[in-house]
Amino acid sequence: MPRRKDLRKVMVIGSGPIVIGQAAEFDYAGTQACRSLKEEGLEVVLVNSNPATIMTDMNMADRVYIEPLTPEFVAKVVRLERPDGLLPTLGGQVGLNLALELSEAGVLQEVGVELLGTPLSTIKRAEDRELFRSMLQGINEPVPQSAIVSAVDEAVKFAREIGFPVVVRPAYTLGGTGGGIAYGEPELVEITTRGLKHSIIRQVLVEQCVLGWKEIEYEVMRDAADNCITVCNMENLDPMGVHTGDSIVVAPSQTLSDKEYQLLRAASLKIIRALGVEGGCNIQFALDPQSFQYYVIEVNPRVSRSSALASKATGYPIAKVAAKIAVGLRLDEIKNAVTGKTYACFEPALDYVVVKFPRWPFDKFASADRALGTQMKSTGEVMAIGRTFEEALMKAVRSLEIRRYSLMLPETVKLSNEELEKRLSIPHDERLFYVAEALRRDFPVERVAQSSQIDTWFLQKIKNIVRHEQALSRQGRDGLSPKNLKAAKRLGLADRTIAQLTGFSEADIRNMREELGLVPVFKMVDTCAAEFEAETPYYYSSYEEEDEAPLEPGRRVVVLGSGPIRIGQGIEFDYCSVHCVWALRQEGVKAIIINNNPETVSTDFDTADRLYFEPLVPEDVINILKKERPDGVLVQFGGQTAINLAKPVADAGFKILGTSVEDTDVAEDREKFDALLERLKIPRPPGGAAFSINEAAAIARRVGFPVLVRPSYVLGGRAMEIVYNQDDLVEYMRSAVQVSPEHPVLVDKYILGKEVEVDAVSDGEDVVIPGIMEHVERAGVHSGDSIAVYPPQNLTPTITNKIVDYTIRLAKALRVKGLLNIQYVIGLNNEPYVLEVNPRASRTVPYLSKITGIPMITLATRAILGRKLAEMGYRGGLCREAPHVSVKVPVFSFAKLLDVDVSLGPEMKSTGEVMGVSGDFAAALYKGCIAAGYSFPKEGTVLVTVSDRDKQETLPIVRELADLGFKILATSGTAKALQAAGIPVEAVKKLYEGSPNIVDLLRAGKINLVLNTLTRGRMPEREGFRIRRTAVELGVPCITSLDTMRAVVSVLKARMQGDLVSVIPLQEYSLEEVAM
Amino acid sequence: MMRAMLALEDGTVYEGDAFGAAGESWGEVVFNTGMTGYQEVLTDPSYCGQIVVMTYPLIGNYGINNEDSESRRAFVRGFVVRETCSTPSNWRSRCGLEAYLLQQGIIGLSGVDTRAVTKRLRECGTMRGVLSTVDLDPESLVAKAKNSPHLTGQALVEEVATREPFVVPGNGYRVVLFDFGTKNNIIRCLNRRGCEVIVVPPQTKPEEVFKYQPDGVVLSNGPGDPTDVSYAADAAREFMGRLPVFGICLGHQVLGLALGGRTYKLKFGHRGVNHPVKDMVTGRVYITSHNHGFAVDETSLPEEVFVSHINLNDNTVEGMRHRYLPVFSVQYHPEASPGTNDAEYLFDEFMAVMQHERR
Repeated sequence: MPRRKDLRKVMVIGSGPIVIGQAAEFDYAGTQACRSLKEEGLEVVLVNSNPATIMTDMNMADRVYIEPLTPEFVAKVVRLERPDGLLPTLGGQVGLNLALELSEAGVLQEVGVELLGTPLSTIKRAEDRELFRSMLQGINEPVPQSAIVSAVDEAVKFAREIGFPVVVRPAYTLGGTGGGIAYGEPELVEITTRGLKHSIIRQVLVEQCVLGWKEIEYEVMRDAADNCITVCNMENLDPMGVHTGDSIVVAPSQTLSDKEYQLLRAASLKIIRALGVEGGCNIQFALDPQSFQYYVIEVNPRVSRSSALASKATGYPIAKVAAKIAVGLRLDEIKNAVTGKTYACFEPALDYVVVKFPRWPFDKFASADRALGTQMKSTGEVMAIGRTFEEALMKAVRSLEIRRYSLMLPETVKLSNEELEKRLSIPHDERLFYVAEALRRDFPVERVAQSSQIDTWFLQKIKNIVRHEQALSRQGRDGLSPKNLKAAKRLGLADRTIAQLTGFSEADIRNMREELGLVPVFKMVDTCAAEFEAETPYYYSSYEEEDEAPLEPGRRVVVLGSGPIRIGQGIEFDYCSVHCVWALRQEGVKAIIINNNPETVSTDFDTADRLYFEPLVPEDVINILKKERPDGVLVQFGGQTAINLAKPVADAGFKILGTSVEDTDVAEDREKFDALLERLKIPRPPGGAAFSINEAAAIARRVGFPVLVRPSYVLGGRAMEIVYNQDDLVEYMRSAVQVSPEHPVLVDKYILGKEVEVDAVSDGEDVVIPGIMEHVERAGVHSGDSIAVYPPQNLTPTITNKIVDYTIRLAKALRVKGLLNIQYVIGLNNEPYVLEVNPRASRTVPYLSKITGIPMITLATRAILGRKLAEMGYRGGLCREAPHVSVKVPVFSFAKLLDVDVSLGPEMKSTGEVMGVSGDFAAALYKGCIAAGYSFPKEGTVLVTVSDRDKQETLPIVRELADLGFKILATSGTAKALQAAGIPVEAVKKLYEGSPNIVDLLRAGKINLVLNTLTRGRMPEREGFRIRRTAVELGVPCITSLDTMRAVVSVLKARMQGDLVSVIPLQEYSLEEVAM
Repeated sequence: MMRAMLALEDGTVYEGDAFGAAGESWGEVVFNTGMTGYQEVLTDPSYCGQIVVMTYPLIGNYGINNEDSESRRAFVRGFVVRETCSTPSNWRSRCGLEAYLLQQGIIGLSGVDTRAVTKRLRECGTMRGVLSTVDLDPESLVAKAKNSPHLTGQALVEEVATREPFVVPGNGYRVVLFDFGTKNNIIRCLNRRGCEVIVVPPQTKPEEVFKYQPDGVVLSNGPGDPTDVSYAADAAREFMGRLPVFGICLGHQVLGLALGGRTYKLKFGHRGVNHPVKDMVTGRVYITSHNHGFAVDETSLPEEVFVSHINLNDNTVEGMRHRYLPVFSVQYHPEASPGTNDAEYLFDEFMAVMQHERR
């Protein structure tokens, strides 16, 4: 069947903001799908609320709508665009749920839109627990005993019947939100309550628990002619019990014989046929390690995180093929783009091992519960490829950027054997390191296997690594023979680790290696284990014999990517990397990308001229550079990951293109930067760098409290805090110095005022400022967590002119070539002060590029290559304002992370962002808030409990709320202040004042919105914390900044005035043609 | 650790660690792309006369068990892997790969860049090679490779096949299986469908077969060049029109010759479990298990035979069917082991044909 000729226009739904459980993989899938559909000559309409994605680029679809992913807004797009078909299976759970809702609301039928690919009935069969179970029973596929319940007592009754532990899974959620494993009744009650709350249909599944069984996944494809293939299977190193998104995963499976492999493959095909999926599908099994018995655990009838991983692990483009299947093509009609010779109808053969390792946010959330279970907690992941398992594992570990190069974790050394053993049995983010320590202490493999339930095959491999480390350490400097060194490299040990163990320096080890000719070769990922010649330049390194990556002639530039998605470094930097690659290719330069994140567009096989799937650490990057001998290296698009590599790369003799390493250092080094500002006469908040408590105290006395304190060289505002008095400062210094002993702590006067952010492009002569963004929250809330507005709504021309002037002068003084981001705070004296200068691509570049229509990365890349902005049609200075107002709203994943305080501050906490666009501010903000998932009540009760400092400022806001008809509850102090101002209020009890208190009222559903500001101070404030956490867990919006609340009130007011907000395609944001 | 060396006739030499038996062995060097199924590969008699290179780098992970052998012993002439696993893990594992090879007298070579070997074979085609733990002189070993016998012309089928007929009881149809080196799973697949399977030596005369009064004849897989067993083609010709005939792999090639067709040697053959085969009648594609170095030439087939299956990767003939007689065959392995069960339906078709003919 060739592609269906009755289709002309197809709509694709994206997955919205990055949250835990739904990361960049759907940008990758959606981008592939849009391109795949356009390849087939179809007109593509795209809806997604996330502006940081490639898929929402102008050239990805004919019409791009950056609009809230709610039934109301998507229905508007459907009615406006009237597509022939809708492809719902590429936008994750969000896309799927939306399609379901639109269909049930009759919108699709009304407009005559056909759901493409997997039919709706299939989606229901896979998603609805009861239908799923009966379908599987119908085809004799085993499922664990389970019951679907919609009340807590039903769950308890069932668990008593089948016995504990049991797994609780809410229906229709992503990343296992609200689920968990219950070992006893109290736990079951708690988890079920939470789970019911999070399920959109108020249902949870209580299931027999097969803890410790092997967890195996298959990625399956099926076309409308019933041809089926499995792309890949994967085995979780962590057995059943840990969410697959939080498991270390290996591809292909390692401990399955052909009989087991085929048993589960056959089951997978049977299931996908019974379901009638047309496209891709992910099936998870639990397999008894002691028999052929297995259970089907879950089926995702759509492209998923696992399918992104499988695509990168095999080279097989699942999303691209799924999109083609959806428009009628058969698997045997679709070319295998990797070989260019064979067809998509085959099963990839791997001749390497792939390891996926999750990246958790616990470095940011020190107080979070680090235990892993059925609820996913990681924000991103890395993938590594090797010819041995050990090599792949060690590459994965160093790709994580958690400052680990080996399996050694200092904390583990101090533990007693008993403590160590205990830590083995509870899955947590660092368990692998504890396992290694246990093996280092000669715990028998069987014992470790018993405690951890990790298969001995994996443990033996880890033991190989540990043993070799021990041998190196024992033999020391003199014992390091070429043979040992070679063996170490084949096991994936980093030069740095070998150096540490033997007493050499890392440079010594590199020299030694290079003298011996012990350098990695680069092997190709070709989907077919070398059986056919492949065209796609997708490589990984290995200490092997034959290199397969001949140098390409012509100018070559290496782009360093941004690694795993984490808080502070999200999908934006992949957007920047990809655009840089495209711009290089347009300029006729061969673009080579290095990255290790399998969820991204940058690691797609056809993004760059050459892709190296490798750790972004000096050793591996320099190995590639030594091979490629590029004309230059670009570090300014890959976030802090790439910036951190600038110095080692430059020291190794490679040319950093764009702003120099020295000039970047001027911006990052406190003293040099102060001197520069001094010279330029540009003000910044007074302060200084302190290496000791006394120095910090002296600075604070000089500038006056409150002060903003932070370690130098920060990423995403790590360990940054506002300190109000001497005691707290001392306390901070004690803990902060532990955080980073090699760098000083910066102490600056905290200026309370409006925060403003600027992104600019410079070619060394002209500086183009596409726009200025104003933050809703005042300085003190991390810019990544602030609502940002473009164009600014409250800046006077004088301030604007100053900002433009400072920006241009700073860009010139720092000799910026490429991108520059500056954050300013506007003091009460109406003076802008410079807070921070980042001579690189920032988080806001995709957002600003989209709303202004100015392709910032393209301009920056060209400028770096030596072209002038003037010749590209851009004049220096601030560009003309775009006609629309757009608001960027942060999105948090607090529901996934228990024990994390939700209050906003200088430490970044958000995982993603959305954008709202409209003709006026209130409507844009309304869209942004809706897109971010705030379900603000139209009426009901607001709880107000604010710190003394904030009481005065709170009054007018609460008055407006009361005027809007909300009932106001407040704790005694706040209530008193409100009463005094004549605002009707009812006092409620604090936690320690007995029942019914705030938490009771929240649980009883009697509070619909919470406004709570932090009592400043170092000590965790348990009361506020508990209120905020309770609200989040119950899905009640909780606002912790008065600025945010003010914005919310204006949204509420706008909505009262009528819901007439229209949708606008990206193609119509700026009406005039932008010169390219 | 003992060293071993593999020399190819084109002069390339790969040195690594020896595992398994010591000594020297020559054969045709081929690669297999299956990620699992090494035990089945080792014991598949079709590999007789060949040194097998596994493209998946980690071999031996799940050990060797008592159930998955496809014949009475390992028939490969040598086994080349990137890394062998000394600590296998699987509930059915009874011993490690190394111990098994030692017991079977097979020389293993590990620690070589198997992807490099594979690319060599892909580019230059299948070659003769010598694997040795006793002679590590590249020149001498290459000379030996050049002087070693070609695959064609060796009596490989006779080496692997049964010498005496034997019966696997069943209470359904009676099937005579010509053993050219059959995999156990062909017998199991028939037996599971109720068939009584009479396994006969390759040179069994047609009259002997008719004496059994079978419902059908299956021509099994086996090693080497089909032209070396032209006697089997002569026998097969006798059954056509008188009994349903189902050929598998070498059996398919034998049938091709019996029908008057020609066979030819593929550059590097198909060995793996991921080959897409298209059914030309239904248009359906199946992922199938392969192990063959020869193929039937489509243009040589007579009018009354049509190509029923092709390989989607290189369009070679993967199956044929007689237009008028109950005679059909496939080049690949519907019995799998290793590989998918996608094509097992062919046994059902054979059952249906037998039923139809009996009526």
